[in-house]
Amino acid sequence: MVHASAPVLDVRQLKTSFFSSGGEIPAVDKISFSINKGEILGIVGESGCGKSVTSLSIMKLIPQPPGKIVEGEILLNGEDLVTASERRMREIRGNDVAMIFQEPMTSLNPLFTIGNQMVEALSIHKKLKKSQASQQAIDMLKIVGLPRAEQIMKEYPHQLSGGMRQRVMIGMALSCHPKLLIADEPTTALDVTIQAQILSLMKDLNEQLETAIIMITHDLGVVAEICRRVLVMYAGKIVEEAPVRTIFKNPKHPYTLGLLKSIPDIRDRTERLYSIPGNVPKPGSIKTGCRFAARCEFAYDRCHHESPRLYQQEKGHRVRCFLHETEEIADA
Amino acid sequence: MPEILLKVDNLKKYFPISGGVFGKKVGDVRAVEEVSFFVNKGETLGLVGESGCGKSTTGRMLMRLIEPTAGEVVFEGNSLTNLNTTELRKVRKDMQMVFQDPFASLNPRHTVEKILEEPLIVHGMGRKKERKQKVKEMLEVVGLSSYHANRYPHQFSGGQRQRIGIARALMTRPKLIIADEPVSALDVSIQSQVLNLLKDLQKDLQLTYIFIAHDLGVVKYISDRVGVMYLGRLVEITDTEKLYENPLHPYTKALLSAVPVPDPDIQKERVLLEGDMPSPSNPPRGCAFHTRCTECMDICRTTRPQIREVEPGHFAACHLFQESEK
Repeated sequence: MVHASAPVLDVRQLKTSFFSSGGEIPAVDKISFSINKGEILGIVGESGCGKSVTSLSIMKLIPQPPGKIVEGEILLNGEDLVTASERRMREIRGNDVAMIFQEPMTSLNPLFTIGNQMVEALSIHKKLKKSQASQQAIDMLKIVGLPRAEQIMKEYPHQLSGGMRQRVMIGMALSCHPKLLIADEPTTALDVTIQAQILSLMKDLNEQLETAIIMITHDLGVVAEICRRVLVMYAGKIVEEAPVRTIFKNPKHPYTLGLLKSIPDIRDRTERLYSIPGNVPKPGSIKTGCRFAARCEFAYDRCHHESPRLYQQEKGHRVRCFLHETEEIADA
Repeated sequence: MPEILLKVDNLKKYFPISGGVFGKKVGDVRAVEEVSFFVNKGETLGLVGESGCGKSTTGRMLMRLIEPTAGEVVFEGNSLTNLNTTELRKVRKDMQMVFQDPFASLNPRHTVEKILEEPLIVHGMGRKKERKQKVKEMLEVVGLSSYHANRYPHQFSGGQRQRIGIARALMTRPKLIIADEPVSALDVSIQSQVLNLLKDLQKDLQLTYIFIAHDLGVVKYISDRVGVMYLGRLVEITDTEKLYENPLHPYTKALLSAVPVPDPDIQKERVLLEGDMPSPSNPPRGCAFHTRCTECMDICRTTRPQIREVEPGHFAACHLFQESEK
């Protein structure tokens, strides 16, 4: 399927840094990617790789200070969010881009009923009357598969289970029909059986409503399950980008390879798991060369001195590694 | 015939719920109900289940960190139930615990040396010089360096802290290690390092593990046998291979099918469970799982299935397998 239209979101050379007494620490370092209408894009990486900072940058929710978007553009339907005013951002959040977080308990206000919180969003963004808004909210709760939606409107977050709260969050996020939904580890705090429910719900909604979804996760199983395209991040950089099948069948970056080999699989039983030596580097600690070089089994001299660019492989596949260097540089 | 190291018989834990103006007891949270199993010497028993299924409570009751309401724990032929604190302490030398959160389970004001030395002091093992020597050796064993002894926990990464937690558990040379979600707070690449370390240590030091986790992939990798818990009860327990190849209990089937597999080509036939786990303060009548079970029968709503040996070494608690009784 080719999307002739412009992408919903186009991030160009985004750099977000945090400033401390030790100087500037870039958490996200000049990353570029885009997402089309109705697409599910996965961003994977371990803690500290910058995946959450990326999503907060798009929503302009980076606490400032100490954080700041230093460079780059975030184009949402052609409009640059980096330069947008806070007032404009408030219109955009919820209306055009919505976000769901890992812990549904901390993102719902414990003092207000579910109905109250859902109606608030709708009446602000859609300027609906209270009765209309509450009807829409009930419809939305039904869409996300909650039984007895009318009663739930009158209940408080603590009366719901984790899975139900996450459903409410999704319902709330989608209530204004945003074009883009950013889901930051939406199933990490949930049990597997509940995770399966939520993932299938997100898949259905993506097909029905054509909402583009950025799925941020550390779980490669979740990625395989619902994403169409994947970005792998390491220490603030995109190290590999490819369609989901390519990431799993023909990964090229040594980090992606290592990550895939180190997951214990429930299908077969290995005697010994592969493990990537060393630790995830602290952001900003590596100044020169490839950021993965110190843990990479294929690293050679050049990797320690020179930073690899993102090299274009076959269509849609980009890799930041000298072993796969090509003429075409994709991050220029 | 393998030797049984630990045997658990009909273990129960009810936590009282108090309510009303006078804080009277109004009910019970039935965290663990009639759990029985055994662990052979040198093997790893995995305990899996979703949050609230009672797996951690079970783990803690084995060491009597939580007092069981009823039931018996037998370690090396001795019942732990009626031991007084002094006797219990002696036994605990042989059974140690590794906790989930490597940030919360190490005292931030103590150096690594002090953290690791403490179990030896408590159990009166060795003189000062020997103890310090042992600390240094143990740090090398778990893949750290002896110069780390003078550092504080905050100077280490999550994976390194978990290694310290493991080292602390190993200081008294225990026979049994109860590991409660030891890798779930770690990143994937670090998780595999710690899992491999645990496997190596088991071989080198002839350890027996009880490995509590919610990640079915991790449990499969490390365990010889696996027990599945649901709502405080053990619903199935058998060899790892059998459990993953041929699960009997409908809950185990659903649990296994819910795990996302890192392969986009696999279209899984998924048993999608509806709803949530019922509250353990008000468990359903009959089989605890019948409210979500896809193969629920009439009998399941009224009668609780007992856990029984369906095939040799394969135990399940489900009415589907009760009728095959001779």
